[in-house]
Amino acid sequence: MSDTGSSLVPTRPEFERQVSAPIGLGDVAKPLSFVERLGANSAFRRGIILVALALAWELYARWLASPLTFPTFLETLAALRDGIVSGVIPQRLSVTLETLVVGYAIGLVIAALFTTAAVTTRFGTDLLSTFTAMFNPLPAIALLPLALLWFGLGRPSLIFVIVHSVLWAVALNMHSGFLSVSETLRMAGRTFGLRGMGFVFRILIPAAFPAILAGLKIGWAFAWRTLIAAELVFGVSSGQGGLGWFIFENRNTLDTASVFAGLLTVMAVGLVVEGVIFRFLEARTIRRWGMQNG
Amino acid sequence: MNQVQSVRGTASLQFEPALVRVEGVTLQYKTPDHLVTATYRVSLDIFKTDRLVLLGPSGCGKSTLLKAIAGFLKPVEGSITLKGKPIDAPGPDRMMVFQEFDQLLPWKTVRANVAFPMSVNGVAHDEVRARANEAIAKVNLTKFADAYPHMLSGGMKQRVAIARAMAMRPDVLLMDEPYAALDALTRRKMQDELLQLWQDVRFTLVFVTHSIEEAVVIGSRIVVLSPHPGQVRAELNSGFAQSDRDAPRFQQLTTRISHMLFDAEAVSPEKGPKP
Repeated sequence: MSDTGSSLVPTRPEFERQVSAPIGLGDVAKPLSFVERLGANSAFRRGIILVALALAWELYARWLASPLTFPTFLETLAALRDGIVSGVIPQRLSVTLETLVVGYAIGLVIAALFTTAAVTTRFGTDLLSTFTAMFNPLPAIALLPLALLWFGLGRPSLIFVIVHSVLWAVALNMHSGFLSVSETLRMAGRTFGLRGMGFVFRILIPAAFPAILAGLKIGWAFAWRTLIAAELVFGVSSGQGGLGWFIFENRNTLDTASVFAGLLTVMAVGLVVEGVIFRFLEARTIRRWGMQNG
Repeated sequence: MNQVQSVRGTASLQFEPALVRVEGVTLQYKTPDHLVTATYRVSLDIFKTDRLVLLGPSGCGKSTLLKAIAGFLKPVEGSITLKGKPIDAPGPDRMMVFQEFDQLLPWKTVRANVAFPMSVNGVAHDEVRARANEAIAKVNLTKFADAYPHMLSGGMKQRVAIARAMAMRPDVLLMDEPYAALDALTRRKMQDELLQLWQDVRFTLVFVTHSIEEAVVIGSRIVVLSPHPGQVRAELNSGFAQSDRDAPRFQQLTTRISHMLFDAEAVSPEKGPKP
């Protein structure tokens, strides 16, 4: 240490010592309290929001006192219970979900094909970006009249509009996910001797999984709302109505509580898919892999 | 430009031929605006159990040269051969450790990461497991074998990458500034570990760095490259024991190289490597 001649800093002696474990401090890492852990649980926090909403609904409807336009929360629950007990809602729901799953699956397969073409050839890239630019902003429901013309009243038309609503959102996300895979990871994959489909399946798809999952979620939401809307528009075919038709039917008979029950079912399915299925997928994949926090 | 004559071909008959042979290699790559010549007619031989360090300032094409040996880039002139066969694509006989921490597959645990290249290349299942565990033990990460990469520190990630490359038992291990993103203390520890690993396994290493000290510590042979474009300025023998960092000879070599890199005119043309 050189002496700078400054008198501002006092001369201090040097020392070295052994450090020992702190005594009386307890554990260095202490578990959080029950309340702290509850507050950190997002399911709990979101549950509170739902309860508050239901309460506000009930109070407002009672104050309004007009069951024809706005039934109370409890009346809606009763209608929902009746609908479930009589088997109408489960039956309509299964019709809707079946259509949805078929359409969603077809959409995903086509999206995967498009994206594979887009990452392997330049023509594929151009094709995908042109198509997504053209069709992604086009509301699927706008294609319904055309679909009815081509496929007639019935499930094929519904599936057509679902495929359209899923395909572009998923393909767009998949493609941008593939593009954002780091160069290092690509090179690492190639030094392992991977190429072609092996490279796509074992490196690109897992590495792009956050974006792919985001695409799946967007695609699911598009498909779900498109399907309900489409069912509302043309309703029933060969005695097989879905949830949208259930809502439409009950509005015609002015059974408003059942309309609300139908809407509630639509939302409940949304919540379950988002909050259970996709959350589970996220927890098992991207969150475990440290690709997403929170 | 002083055309430094590289001293090669000295490995005469009784020695094994060079494992990797770089002969008159010119490398070019395209940026959006330019065609960049990264190296110009570079020649060097890499022998089995060499710890060859490519040293030079940024812009000397050392990383590009390493990528060409890995097979990511084809020379526009000259040839690169491994065991006499030209290199035309990346492959598991030349495993590479990168500078970036994201070279590990985030969706696989440490053990699965180490096992992955082996299972891709059809090593039998039992052997994959045995070799992965052995390699993980070698880099002292047995306790973390089931952790995911995002739970590890930078130094640990690099250790996993080294274990992954070693477990594959490549002909040559390529390392592209593997410790550049680490803090100085960790870096020094990792250098010692790498040398220890080499003592145990005697692999062939090509190591790229821009740190003179690291080159002298790691390398048994140092190739000094000049920038814009990269040309071989000197080939030097190093080979210090881990405890020699403070020795005067270590300092002399460091000083000699830094003169070579920083005041090109002040130093007379190379006399060739020390015996």
